[in-house]
Amino acid sequence: MRKILSLTALIGGLVVASTAQADITIGFVTSLSGPGASIGIPYGRGIQAAVEYKSEINGEKIKLIQLDDGSDPSAATRNARKLVEEEKVDLLIGTATAPSTIAMMAVANELKVPMIAVSPVTGLPNPADQWGICVPQPASLLVKVVADRMKRDAMKNIGYIGFSDAWGDLVYNGAKAVEAEDGIKVLTNERYARVDTSVTGQILKVLAVRPDAVLIGGSGTQGALPLLALGERGFKGKTYGTVALVNPDFVRVGGKAAEGIQVSAGPVIVAEQLPDSHFAKKLALDFRAAFLKANNVPTTDGFSAYSFDAWMIFTTAAARALKTAKPGTVEFRKALRDEILNTKELSGVHAVYNFKAGAYHGVDERALVIVRLVNGAWTYQP
Amino acid sequence: MTADIAAILAIDGIATGAVYALVAIGTVLIFTVTRVIFIPFGDIAAFTALTLAALDAKQLPGTVGLVVVLACMACTMEVVSLARAGELRAVPKAVLGYLVLPLIVVGIVWLTMRFNPPMPVRIVLALLLIMPISPLLDRIVFRPIADASVLLLLTVSVALHFALVGLGLLFFGPEGVRTEPLTSMAIDIAGVHVSGQTVLILAAALVFSGLLFLFFDFTLIGKALRATALNRTGARLMGIRPARAGTIAYLLGSLMAGVSGILIAPVNTIFYDSGFLLGLKAFVGAIVGGMASYPGAALGAFGVGIIESFASFQSSTLKDVIVFSLLIPVLLWRSLASQHSEEEVEE
Repeated sequence: MRKILSLTALIGGLVVASTAQADITIGFVTSLSGPGASIGIPYGRGIQAAVEYKSEINGEKIKLIQLDDGSDPSAATRNARKLVEEEKVDLLIGTATAPSTIAMMAVANELKVPMIAVSPVTGLPNPADQWGICVPQPASLLVKVVADRMKRDAMKNIGYIGFSDAWGDLVYNGAKAVEAEDGIKVLTNERYARVDTSVTGQILKVLAVRPDAVLIGGSGTQGALPLLALGERGFKGKTYGTVALVNPDFVRVGGKAAEGIQVSAGPVIVAEQLPDSHFAKKLALDFRAAFLKANNVPTTDGFSAYSFDAWMIFTTAAARALKTAKPGTVEFRKALRDEILNTKELSGVHAVYNFKAGAYHGVDERALVIVRLVNGAWTYQP
Repeated sequence: MTADIAAILAIDGIATGAVYALVAIGTVLIFTVTRVIFIPFGDIAAFTALTLAALDAKQLPGTVGLVVVLACMACTMEVVSLARAGELRAVPKAVLGYLVLPLIVVGIVWLTMRFNPPMPVRIVLALLLIMPISPLLDRIVFRPIADASVLLLLTVSVALHFALVGLGLLFFGPEGVRTEPLTSMAIDIAGVHVSGQTVLILAAALVFSGLLFLFFDFTLIGKALRATALNRTGARLMGIRPARAGTIAYLLGSLMAGVSGILIAPVNTIFYDSGFLLGLKAFVGAIVGGMASYPGAALGAFGVGIIESFASFQSSTLKDVIVFSLLIPVLLWRSLASQHSEEEVEE
């Protein structure tokens, strides 16, 4: 009898709780499986760290629902719809791969739910009624900062080798855009696939133009393949890349061949080496501590930090939006969207964010530092 | 394209081709004996590389979990089917073959790992651990449909590949691995730098092709396999068990795939899903050889490797397109030139 009573009390309590206190509900999608999993898993851990860091806003609890999209855009679309229509989320955050993120963005615009993208979205038209923004540094900026560094290092002729996919195109086009205005010349456009076993042919072609430096448009572990081939052929010039290369496996696989490569990356990568005056220093160290507490592993990548910054943007905007509307309502979604687009000079661990309607990205060159691989560790190069 | 660039590309292509050749020979071997086009072959090679990398890192490889799960499934199926047929006397033997043997292998690996064995021992362990997977898959997936059409077997094989990729992610995680080079030696042939790894890959391909040739021509089991390949029914009448022949073919094939996995592990980063393209390119090589002759398959695979290497220099973006476009003329030529025998007609 007592059991039944306590159960009734419990259920009654739950009902009362859910009516009296409308939590803010967040729908988070990432890729825990499929080809995007190697970055999708850090994204997921980053959001756990963010919840660890801040789990309520002005006394309002935040409820997080996480779904896996299997690196598949159609699954991401289904997940986004499910989260909005069944779970009535106030905000979408996602996901690990660009195509899936773009698919989710379409759902967010259609169902009028604010969305914070944690992968780069490019080539999306700017809608009149914009519901989404995008956290990461745009690829064009990533490449621009590296290209500026090449120019500073007095590099003239650049050889390019990258993936034969959208990412390879992004980096190449970014380098080409800088070529138009600067003194560097990009002389090759060699491509390889993520599963290739050898890039000997491509590297021979790159070396044939006698480049001062080689720019790598790969990512993760397989980004090391051209560096290994360059090492085999005794290339003595400098190498450059982007933040996509920054993960422990790249360093492990690249070994000696990857030494000295300079990449543009978010400041969080070298948090402890930043000067104390740097905007990201304190928050990045807090983020690392929260990450360790939430996941029991230290953070070594930049991806989890994008999730963390998405959370920062959301929590500051939500604090303002709560003044005008209650969570779970259409008004709150709209207020949250307006406040996200109102973000001014918000310091995250990757960047200082300024959003406005009509643009997806809200970061500037402060969002990137150049880091060099020295003895297997990334070091800050002011 | 100068002469020395061509030489470098040719050597690179031969090295890649040798890896494809090992997988292609295995594919042909399994196809001729069981009529299954074993698409997951590349996955087996990739899993071997991942296993070796885990052993190098002194971690228990994910393969252990995979083998244990498959062994339990295969053993259950075997026991149930025996019980249905009323052959309860054969149960202990089945349990021994399908459950105890794989578990013994796992136990050996688990025990040996504690002593930080040297590289050659680790390679043997990785091969040992990978060998049971294909025969177990054969028992679970293909044995119940052994008499189905080639097309159905192929469809099931493709489905199996996707299942294995999912399992690979579960057991090995999403990150790629790369193992230490087996040798850091290098030689210069006519002014072209050839790494010791390349020589090893070639030697392995030649040795294994040679061993297969000897096995088929000079041992009773080999002859039995050939008989099964030629005519299943006839072989059965002569007292050869097609099921057992299939198991042996899968074991041998796994060994080939395993060796090729060990060989590419230091040359390239292997992911849990890297096997598919490897298997597919080897398959193109095997098709060139008509899916029937080992030297043909090996030559085809070398051809694929060399073409791939030159294509990567000429037009790196279209490399895979060029390789797979090769299939079309080859298939046309094969279908126009070959005589369709009555054997191939479905009964």
